[in-house]
Amino acid sequence: MKKTAEGKDEFEMDPEISSIAERAKNVGIEFDSSRRAASFLQVDQEPRAYGWSEGIEVMSIKEAMDRYDWVKDYMWKIVCKDKDEYTKAIAEDFNGYFIRALPSCKVDVPVEACLYLKRVKTQKVYNLVIAEEGSELNIISGCTSHPSSAGMHLGVSEFFVKKGAKLTFTMIHNWQPDVEVRPRSGAVVEENGVLVSNYVLLSPVKYVESYPVAYLKKGAKASFTSIVVAHSGSTIELGNRAILGEKSSADIISRAICRGGRVVSKGYIRGEGKGCRGHLECRGLMLSDEGSILAIPELEAMNPEVDLSHEAAVGRIAEDEIFYLMARGLTRDEATSAIIRGFLDVEIKGLPEFLKREIDKAVEMASEDLM
Amino acid sequence: MESLRVINLGVEAGGRRILENVNLYIKEGQTFVLFGPNGSGKSSLLSAIIGNPHYRVVQGRITFKGEEITGLEADERVRRGIGIAFQNPPKIGGIKLIDLLRKCAKVAGLSEEEAEKRIEESAKFMGMEDMLERAVNDGFSGGEVKKSELLQLMILDPEFIMLDEPDSGVDLENIATVGRAIKKLLERDRDEKERKKSGLIITHTGHILEYVDADYGVVLFNGRISCIGDPYQILEQISKYGYEACIRKCVEEKSR
Repeated sequence: MKKTAEGKDEFEMDPEISSIAERAKNVGIEFDSSRRAASFLQVDQEPRAYGWSEGIEVMSIKEAMDRYDWVKDYMWKIVCKDKDEYTKAIAEDFNGYFIRALPSCKVDVPVEACLYLKRVKTQKVYNLVIAEEGSELNIISGCTSHPSSAGMHLGVSEFFVKKGAKLTFTMIHNWQPDVEVRPRSGAVVEENGVLVSNYVLLSPVKYVESYPVAYLKKGAKASFTSIVVAHSGSTIELGNRAILGEKSSADIISRAICRGGRVVSKGYIRGEGKGCRGHLECRGLMLSDEGSILAIPELEAMNPEVDLSHEAAVGRIAEDEIFYLMARGLTRDEATSAIIRGFLDVEIKGLPEFLKREIDKAVEMASEDLM
Repeated sequence: MESLRVINLGVEAGGRRILENVNLYIKEGQTFVLFGPNGSGKSSLLSAIIGNPHYRVVQGRITFKGEEITGLEADERVRRGIGIAFQNPPKIGGIKLIDLLRKCAKVAGLSEEEAEKRIEESAKFMGMEDMLERAVNDGFSGGEVKKSELLQLMILDPEFIMLDEPDSGVDLENIATVGRAIKKLLERDRDEKERKKSGLIITHTGHILEYVDADYGVVLFNGRISCIGDPYQILEQISKYGYEACIRKCVEEKSR
């Protein structure tokens, strides 16, 4: 990392970055080279990348396409260009990030990527993430928008986790009430690879629609966790799909809180290979008389040697739990807040401690607001 | 010094009268044992004293150290020094036992440092060190639930303690630990004159009396207090002749 004469990091001097730093913090983006392996920022369609870790490449997808001939062999292989009007629009004009961990490169410190919607009506993003064989890569992807911005964030992301590699991808969103978000994502996890994917959305948004798919090859493991709050005026249609190969396993866990908005929490696991295992867990908490939570868990077995299960529960905070905590001296408000906090506190297996802290921070802030 | 007084108490739950004309006078340092068959109103009495909103006081009042607490919320009663160990507490997903203990320590007014020290010591005393990171009551065995309840009380350190069947569902290995904890909580390990803590224990089997001594026994029958006396004699009568015979004998002795 280059330092300026004043000893500041290069990007601390970047006026665009200092102008959005405050909002970026809410989505786990710190622009702090001592705590991040690399940093990528895209304001509207304008990308900039700062990298300083050996073995990790971070650049804009356009730059990657110029630099490497083979990049095009990955692009649009999981998500189909012609899938819908949104993918078509992205295919015509896009920018985004390219993040790649070189083979056997293991970096604990996360790479951060911030997508920021500022002036344009529609931000169109294409992201490509490759964790090469035996590598370990952690990414925090924070998406947020300028106060009072209104518009649409369209994104296609494709993830390739190679043999024995591990990718932890944590996405924290913080939009404005007039923003529509339609990510289209897909992942391929090769033999014995691991994908840990987390999604956190706690602030108001107009519309989120996301139903990414992951293909798991032999012995691969994946876990998907989403934590969302639907405020009044928000519609969130969210879920994960996993296609399981031989001896692979997937867990899809979701926690949804309704504060007057609408949540459709979906999950689909297809057991294709022998000896695969999949579990769906979907829990919803209604904190409002308005809005709704619809849970749609789906399982499909393609052969007898699969182990697929799901559990779904939607309801209000149990009065006996509140009373129990009051009998320990907590006020009704403290008890309610502790239970909401507990509801959102999902144990995410394989999540590095610092990423857990980022999620905890976001949940902590939201729990206070929910009271 | 008086601790808890229940005066002419009448309680309703789910539109049904559950307790009638209940009177209790418990002084500082005294431990009472509450006997009674299933459905006699034992747990309801404890619920009314702690302030469970589901149990409505329709008559009489409850005072603690001379102050009327009948209309107070449960947390306000707890902050005044009343504590309860439930028979079947709910599981609280997502809240770790250690976090709940820290909240208890805050209610008890402990500094963070004192809190960590007391939690560590008490968890060790209860043999619960390995349970602290688990969600409260989630997948706990019968004995673990009881020990967790007592552990929470050890952190809160209340002046008046109610225990709803602390010995039920506890295996032999754990009953001694449970007994030792109750003895400590109620200061039964101290000289009579030094005791400040008072308590009310529900027991079905009387097992707990082998580990903790008590001053008085009370029999609740059909929502009324039918008998007060020596807890060991009452237990003997109940085990030998059953509740009804015990109460008959009690009434006979009174009228003599």
